Amino acid sequence: MLRIGVDVGGTNTDAVVMQGDKILSGVKSPTTEDVMSGVVDAVERALSDAGADKAQVTAVMIGTTHFTNAVIERRHLARTAAVRLCLPAAQCLPPMVDWPDDIREVVGGRFWMAKGGNEFDGREISPLDMDELDGIAAEIGAAGIKSIAITSVFSPVSDEMERGAMARLAKILPDADFTLSSEIGRLGILERENAAIMNASLRALSERTVDAFGRALKKVGLNCPYYITQNDGTLMSREFVQSYPVLTFASGPTNSMRGAAFLSGKTDAIVVDVGGTTTDVGALVKGFPRPASTTVDVGGVRTNFRMPDVFAIGLGGGTMISGDGDTLKVGPQSVGYKLTTDALIFGGKTLTTSDVAVGLGLADFGDKNALSSLEPAYLDAVKARINEMLTNAVERMRVSPDPIPVLAVGGGSILVPEKIGDLPVIRPEHFSVANAVGAAIGQISGEVDRIYSLENKSREDALGEARKEATDKAIAAGAKPESIELLDQEDVPLAYLPGNATRIRLKVVGDMND
Amino acid sequence: MTDVLREVTDADLDAIEIGAAILGTGGGGNPYIGKLRCREELKKGNRIPVIPLAEVPDDWLVVSLGGIGAPVVGVEKIEEGEECLRALRAVEKEMDVKVDALISAEIGGANSMEPMLTAAQAGLPVIDGDGMGRAFPEMQMCTWSIYGHREAPAAMADEKGSIVVIRDTPDDVWLERIARAVVVTMGAAAGLATQPMRGDFVKRAAVPSTITQALNLGRAVLLANENNTDPVQTVIDQENGKLLMTGKIVDLERHLKGGFSVGHISLEGFGAFERDTGRIDLQNEFLVFRRNDIVEVCVPDLVVVLDSDTGLPITTEMLRYGQRIAVLGLPAHKLMRSAEALRVVGPAAFGYDDITFVPMEGT
Repeated sequence: MLRIGVDVGGTNTDAVVMQGDKILSGVKSPTTEDVMSGVVDAVERALSDAGADKAQVTAVMIGTTHFTNAVIERRHLARTAAVRLCLPAAQCLPPMVDWPDDIREVVGGRFWMAKGGNEFDGREISPLDMDELDGIAAEIGAAGIKSIAITSVFSPVSDEMERGAMARLAKILPDADFTLSSEIGRLGILERENAAIMNASLRALSERTVDAFGRALKKVGLNCPYYITQNDGTLMSREFVQSYPVLTFASGPTNSMRGAAFLSGKTDAIVVDVGGTTTDVGALVKGFPRPASTTVDVGGVRTNFRMPDVFAIGLGGGTMISGDGDTLKVGPQSVGYKLTTDALIFGGKTLTTSDVAVGLGLADFGDKNALSSLEPAYLDAVKARINEMLTNAVERMRVSPDPIPVLAVGGGSILVPEKIGDLPVIRPEHFSVANAVGAAIGQISGEVDRIYSLENKSREDALGEARKEATDKAIAAGAKPESIELLDQEDVPLAYLPGNATRIRLKVVGDMND
Repeated sequence: MTDVLREVTDADLDAIEIGAAILGTGGGGNPYIGKLRCREELKKGNRIPVIPLAEVPDDWLVVSLGGIGAPVVGVEKIEEGEECLRALRAVEKEMDVKVDALISAEIGGANSMEPMLTAAQAGLPVIDGDGMGRAFPEMQMCTWSIYGHREAPAAMADEKGSIVVIRDTPDDVWLERIARAVVVTMGAAAGLATQPMRGDFVKRAAVPSTITQALNLGRAVLLANENNTDPVQTVIDQENGKLLMTGKIVDLERHLKGGFSVGHISLEGFGAFERDTGRIDLQNEFLVFRRNDIVEVCVPDLVVVLDSDTGLPITTEMLRYGQRIAVLGLPAHKLMRSAEALRVVGPAAFGYDDITFVPMEGT
């Protein structure tokens, strides 16, 4: 029984083969323009390094930044109809009101506001108007739009309106893809609606990409199921990611943090992932990345779905160094993928952090003789500056005075010193492919985020109800029932409202069914 | 620094959003939605003229208005858009008067924006000042009420077209109770306008120049982040405030009491405060700061919580275990520190019979 983890990054595609908790092989391969040939190459090499039998592979888990990049680069986004069920409320701020112009134009900027929506306690703001919806469907059809995002006021409390509107629109638009905001985001209508619209605009790309992953695996000779990793360290089925591509956003840092936890055996730590261009610093709490508490921008669009709290600095293996003494400057510019031509050790003319690492004897690649002009004192000064940058970033993410370890992972982590401040640094085995390991160990989750009235039930009963619902969701998504445990639980009383309304957010996780 | 603020333009809104959230001391609702709504009004060609408090004619009629409800509802069920305008018209009709200008009841949080966007819709100016100089949860806690104005008749409007006029109540505490019951029925979000005040009264009772204050505060934070200078120190310098502590949240407890969010956070100091522990009590807003169990700053002075790195304000709903925060004390305006005011907004009004208000040190 083998598992394969793959991480498709901007620069490298990494793959690992795992048997239970054992890592049989790990390889890095350049990411290719078509993405797929890089996947084929990495997986084939990982399998042959492990001497593994393809027939023994039961699952492939893939982490990808493809969808995040599509939004950031405004590429491959489908024209999308935003339908908001709200009237008479919420008409003063139409859908996409706070989007940057360029991305609004790419998705077409078309929206319709209609009657519907609920109050905080489930009452209707107004009932759905079927004639109105039929008119909207006709206009969407006439505009040739195939992708529809439906957002209803307080749909995290009641999703009936969104479902009802979808059923009605689908009668006239049977070929359209629908995204319901209640399935993606939490309270905060603009942010949830933004996420739903982005999701809708990514669905066509998602179908193509997921199919292509399938073809790549088939080409390698793997016929097992494959999964895509979500930004909270859990897995999505092929069908699920086709419906919810936005949930992959920021899965890269998540995978490297989870992988670091697995490789080191530590569940509470600071993770420093040094790549080619940037270093991502995050915090592990109970083996999972700590989520960011505020809204998160993706390509300039405000969203509120769960993302890991990551602090990024411009320090990586390809970071450029200039100046001396007071003018010494490390980053944030990087030679990026041109490292193998531009760095001194590869015959180039640019001094990079990789040159310094080789000069200090921390690594051994390229031509060390190209560094003869660099004084040892200068190298030490650069090293001190790098340590200072890392110390600041780690301090920022540190949440307790406890001396928790720092886990250094990623290809560039040779730059990380033995100690950061008073914290010991651990460089686990296979550190350079931690992200692919993180993908390989992904778990199945179930989540609930809803307002409960505690007028006629106790807080404990409400939490119990929420936990049951989350557990059912996880089992439906493919988790082993006996392995399910509570990952995160939070209840926030809703200020200014009598009737003891409270908002419960709760998440359970479990191991994947074999 | 701005000279005299005569008009709020698009370029001012980001800064006012930050400044108003700082003055909200953790509560008052997030002004982001209000900022976007102001922006939409300006795009239509409407304007937001501002009148300095001192220039308000004595015989003008001024209405204090804003949103009432739950902040979390405000970010989900966004308003139809003219709730406050309809409430204003209802008060005018009830009193058979024409109003000359609008003013904010509460500069802290979301209600900083509501009078500005209503002013844009109504073609009226907004006065540079407000009735609290911060945020507080109830209507009787504003200076209009404290210094003798009766808020009833008051009108409330929801997004569906309902208008409720509360013609009379024995006092403003009863107005608050009745309005609170009405707003729950309306879906926990409504616009509310109160009985017009004369210009001469407003000049005596309003906390002056608070739109300018929010604007300058926000600008200073934005500028500090741009120039990589210390945004927290910038806020302190600007407001004659004091850094009470930099600390990490090591305990966080929140629960419900009578529809309000009540609780406390415990802090472990870092940096210059390494040896100290801190505690902040909250009831929607941050109310009391204690160092090593001794009260140092309490209402009506402002206990402000900022992100220690960015200087951006943290609301009570954003608090989480492990956050690194800077706690600041900012002095309340003298109108909020008088004997009459302390009866309504001093520590005893929030259940702290054992705390006597002492103006924060050095102010």
